[in-house]
Amino acid sequence: MNTASTAISPGKRAIRETALADLDGLRRRHPGAFAKSAMRRAFMIGLPLVMVLLAFGAMVWLDFSLVRIWNGLHRLGQFAVLMIPPAPEGRFMAFSIALGETLAIAFLGTLTAAILAFPVAFLAAKNVIPNIFVHFGARRTFDVFRSVDTLIWALMWINVVGLGPFAGALAIACADFGAFGKLFSEAIEATDGKATEGIAASGGSKAHQVRFGLVPQVLPVIASQVLYFFESNVRSATIIGIVGAGGVGAYLTELIRVLELKQVAFLILMILVTVAVIDFISSKLRMAVIGKSKMV
Amino acid sequence: MATAIAKLPDHQAAALSRAYASSVAAKRMKTLAVLVVLAVLIFISGQMADIRPWKLITNIGNFGSFIGRTLPTLTFGNFFADMKAWYWNFGDWFQLLVETILIAYLGTFIGGILAFCLCFFASANLVRNKTTRFVARRFLEFCRTVPDIVFALIFVIAFGLGPMAGVLALTIHTVGALGKLFAEVVENIDMKPVEGLQATGASWLQTVRFGVLPQVSSGFASYALLRFEINVRGAGVMGFVGAGGIGQEFLIAIRNFYYTDVSAILLMIITTVILIDLGTEQVRHRLIGMERMR
Repeated sequence: MNTASTAISPGKRAIRETALADLDGLRRRHPGAFAKSAMRRAFMIGLPLVMVLLAFGAMVWLDFSLVRIWNGLHRLGQFAVLMIPPAPEGRFMAFSIALGETLAIAFLGTLTAAILAFPVAFLAAKNVIPNIFVHFGARRTFDVFRSVDTLIWALMWINVVGLGPFAGALAIACADFGAFGKLFSEAIEATDGKATEGIAASGGSKAHQVRFGLVPQVLPVIASQVLYFFESNVRSATIIGIVGAGGVGAYLTELIRVLELKQVAFLILMILVTVAVIDFISSKLRMAVIGKSKMV
Repeated sequence: MATAIAKLPDHQAAALSRAYASSVAAKRMKTLAVLVVLAVLIFISGQMADIRPWKLITNIGNFGSFIGRTLPTLTFGNFFADMKAWYWNFGDWFQLLVETILIAYLGTFIGGILAFCLCFFASANLVRNKTTRFVARRFLEFCRTVPDIVFALIFVIAFGLGPMAGVLALTIHTVGALGKLFAEVVENIDMKPVEGLQATGASWLQTVRFGVLPQVSSGFASYALLRFEINVRGAGVMGFVGAGGIGQEFLIAIRNFYYTDVSAILLMIITTVILIDLGTEQVRHRLIGMERMR
């Protein structure tokens, strides 16, 4: 045997020789295996090209014009000058109350959404309810709630409870119900099944399994997500007043429309500071809840 | 097989059960404290936000009848004519929907490019200069903290009504949001290729191109797609302030009580958003798969 001289066994060598002899035929019969790198290259060049062309097409469709951009930038420059110095001009108290209202809307909206989504999320989790129709239905319900923007929800709730912050809180609750449902059910599905099995083995009922096997595992994750959404909802709640659903957005719209830019700048600064403070508090709380290693 | 369980003598068992009871009690106290704090916060915010649960309960019927009135009358026998009556303005709405998607696309595209250029300056592992990093980070933070619709309000006055203001507003918000995520991706890379390139005397730009870019490109693409999804939703409401897209038409329909138009437009928005969600999810899964294979 000459296996010592070549590492390839005679069988494999025979295969290789036949393959090399039939190279043209193979190329013809399996074009995919040979053309892959060329296709990849074409993809790498073609995709950005298509994206750029699409962008230019979009600009043409949407009436972009350099003249308008130039004039607009000029006007923005004027605005920036008019914004300095930011000053409340005697409305500091009114702004503070509106900001408080904004925080209240965000807080209540997030909390309501979380409380409503928590039980429904179990229905959408495959490892709790194996029935495909139930969790498919629950998932699609969440999708529908999620895909309607907060401002659209606000417009609809205004029809029911009238103008004001209550409609805003309900709008945030609805939009976040969908988002929470999705995230919570994913968190539930990612749990370790051993704890549940252990409880089942010691004679626990289905309810016991959920209460003592699942809930302790998902609660920290859920708490962290709720805090994170509270942060982002403070931002959403600042704009919900644009359609008349309470909070600081009403002032913002009015002041921008009448070009009271000093007050606008002051109000935006107030919002930025509030958001920064809330972010700070909530990230501290999140760290306390789940520990720094698992920060999302 | 029967196994005898050893039973502790009573005095020992009592001590252990006392310890257990006290630890459970401590935990319950903590939970109770959290609940009390929550209740106080709920009460205060309820007062501030002018929450009237009774009004909701008495008016919840309105919501039902509102939804009921938005539903079109579709009969089986006359289905196509009914659909046509419901979607009487389909051509215009479809055009506005395309406009909405294009606003989102352009905002994501331009914003993504700018975020790409900025993110390297905001990452601690590539830029040693603290001032540069600080300035880049605060700039990104400003861009994402001011809501896009506020930018749209200002831009509508500066650039005039129309989709251009919407695109620019989304662009600025996207720069802020993507810049931060991109910078985080860059900070999590493996530094060995970068060090190798630096050892061969490569310039900063070459280091980024050959050391960083191959590691981050799929992560960047994935985040950009996620942002596109969010921007489609955002572009849908840009019309509320006159910044283009389908929002304007929706606002008119809901303010003037054109009930069936509301449901028609809403259904179009929801379908589009869900389709785009599903599409980008597929692509993102592939991107992540590519990442794993490498």
